[in-house]
Amino acid sequence: MRSWSNWPAILQRKKDKGGRMQRRQFVQTVGAGVLSSTLGGRNAQASTATRAQPRVVVVGGGYGGAVAAKYVRMWSDYGIHVTLVEPNAAFVSCPISNLVVGGSKTMADISMPYDNLLTHHGVEWVRDLVTAMDADKRQVRLAGGGVLGYDRLIVSPGVDFMWETLPGMAQASARDKVLHAWKAGAQTLALRKQLEAMPDGGVYALSIPAAPYRCPPGPYERACLVANYFSKAKPRSKVLILDANDDVTAKGALFKKAWAERYKDIIEYRPKHSVVDVDVFNQTLKFEFQEDLKADVLNVIPGMRAGEIAWKSGLATASKRWCEVDFVSFESKATKNIHVVGDSILAAPGMPKSGHMANQQGKTCAAAVVALLTGQVPNGMPIYSNTCYSFVSDEDAVHVASVHRYDTERKTMLPVLGAGGLSAAASPLEANYAMAWARNIWADTLA
Amino acid sequence: MKSWIHVLASVSLCTAALLARADALQVRSMAASCAACHGTNGVSQPGIEPLAGQSQDDLRKKLLDFKMGKTPATLMHQLAKGYSDAQLEQLASYFAAQKR
Repeated sequence: MRSWSNWPAILQRKKDKGGRMQRRQFVQTVGAGVLSSTLGGRNAQASTATRAQPRVVVVGGGYGGAVAAKYVRMWSDYGIHVTLVEPNAAFVSCPISNLVVGGSKTMADISMPYDNLLTHHGVEWVRDLVTAMDADKRQVRLAGGGVLGYDRLIVSPGVDFMWETLPGMAQASARDKVLHAWKAGAQTLALRKQLEAMPDGGVYALSIPAAPYRCPPGPYERACLVANYFSKAKPRSKVLILDANDDVTAKGALFKKAWAERYKDIIEYRPKHSVVDVDVFNQTLKFEFQEDLKADVLNVIPGMRAGEIAWKSGLATASKRWCEVDFVSFESKATKNIHVVGDSILAAPGMPKSGHMANQQGKTCAAAVVALLTGQVPNGMPIYSNTCYSFVSDEDAVHVASVHRYDTERKTMLPVLGAGGLSAAASPLEANYAMAWARNIWADTLA
Repeated sequence: MKSWIHVLASVSLCTAALLARADALQVRSMAASCAACHGTNGVSQPGIEPLAGQSQDDLRKKLLDFKMGKTPATLMHQLAKGYSDAQLEQLASYFAAQKR
C-alpha cells in the first residue's frame, strides 16, 4: 500500500483489488490531466502536483489535522493532493504529557516526527502558519508570505487561550513565569522544572477554567501525577486544585477515590473557584468570590476558544468561541468548502474535546472530503467512539469510554445509550492499555 | 421484451453495486474508528490485540461475547454495546479481510 504512492495512477488502479477508491470515477471527475501529472514522475503526487489533482489543505498537524491528512491520501488511493500546514518541527502529544510533568516520562517519549506522513503517504508538509483564509478565492495565506490554493480546506487549529480574561497575564513575560502547560511542548518541560525547583513544603496551585475546555479529565490527572511526584520526592508539599466548575468535570468518582486513598495529605480540591486575575509578581491568584491565594508554583489553565485562525476567520459562530459544523462532513456552517475538526468545534452533546475524539472526527471528515471531491455522497450515518485514559499514579490508570452515533432527526452526534462507561477501579492493566493506546493512536495519526 | 429484461437487469445491478459500495464505505469508516486503539486497518502496535487478518468467525464471536458481557474486559464490553449485532458482523468481516 505504502509503495503505491510512487506508482502512476493507472498502475495503482490495476493493483487496487478492493476497489476502495474509484480511480475511474476520480479520473472522470478531474479530467485526463491527472494522468499526465501522475505519470510525469515518481513523486509527482507528493511535490509537483498540477491543478488537475484535487487539492486539500490541512491547517494544523495535531490529532485531528494529521490524521485527516493521512486518511485523505489513503482513502483517495493517493489521488488527492494534500498539503499539511504546521509550524512546529514535530508532533508533541498532549495525552501522556502529564507523565512528563509528573517526571516518569520525557519529552522524547511524547514527541514524534512528521516524516512518515511524507514518506509513507506523500503528504506535502509546509512548515508555516496560516494567517488568513480567503473562502471566495479558496486560498490560505501563510506567515512566510506564501499562498496555497485548495478545493477543500480542513482546519484543525486546536484551542486558543482567552488571555483577555486574565489582565495580569497580558504580557509575554508573565506567561513565561505562570505556565499553562496545556499545549504539549516547551511549557510541559518548563512546568516540570518549576516543580523540581520547588522546595519541599511548597504549594502547587492548579486552576481549571469553566467547561468546555480541552481534555476535561486532564487537570485532575495532572493533580494526581504531581501529587504522586511530591509523595516520593517532597512529601510535605501540597497540591491545591482551584476549579471554576461546580464539581470535577470528568471521572469524578474515580479521581476523588484516588485523592482520598492515595493523596489524602497532599491534594486539596476546591470547586467553584473561578480565577479572574493573576498577580504574577506576588505569585498570587485572584478569584471572583474567594480570598487571594499565594502559591510557590502557579499553573493557570486559562479559558479557551477555537484556535486563533478559526475565530479570526469567522468560523467560530457559537458565542464567538467555537465553530459550528455539519456532523456528517464536518463542513463549517459558516463557510463552504471549509471543514473544521478537533477541539475548535462546538461539540455535540456528550462529546469531549479529546485527542481521541479529534482522531475520529478527522477520519470522518477525511472520508467526507474524499467523497465530495470524487462526486460521491458522504456517509450519512457516522458512528465512532471515544476512549480516554487518565493516570492516577505512575503505575495505575482509569478510563472513560463512549460511543457516538449520528441522529438524523436532530442532525447531530449523540451518545449511544447503554454503551460506554468508566473503569471499575484504577489498575496497572489499564496503565498498560493507556500506553498501548498512545502507541497506536500515534501510529494511526502519523505512520 | 428480452431487451427490457436486459435493461432492468443492468439497472438493478448498477443500483445494487452502488448500494454495496456505499455500504462498504460506511463499514470502512466505522472500522476506522477502531483504528485509534487497534492500529490503522487493524494492524496494531504491541500491547493491544491486532484485528487485521483474524478469522471472521472468531472476531464476530469475540465482539458479540463482549457485547453480551460473556468475556471479562476493562473497556471493550462498554464499546461493543454501542453497535448492533449486524454492525459487529460487518466489523468482523472488514478486519478479517485486512492484511496482517
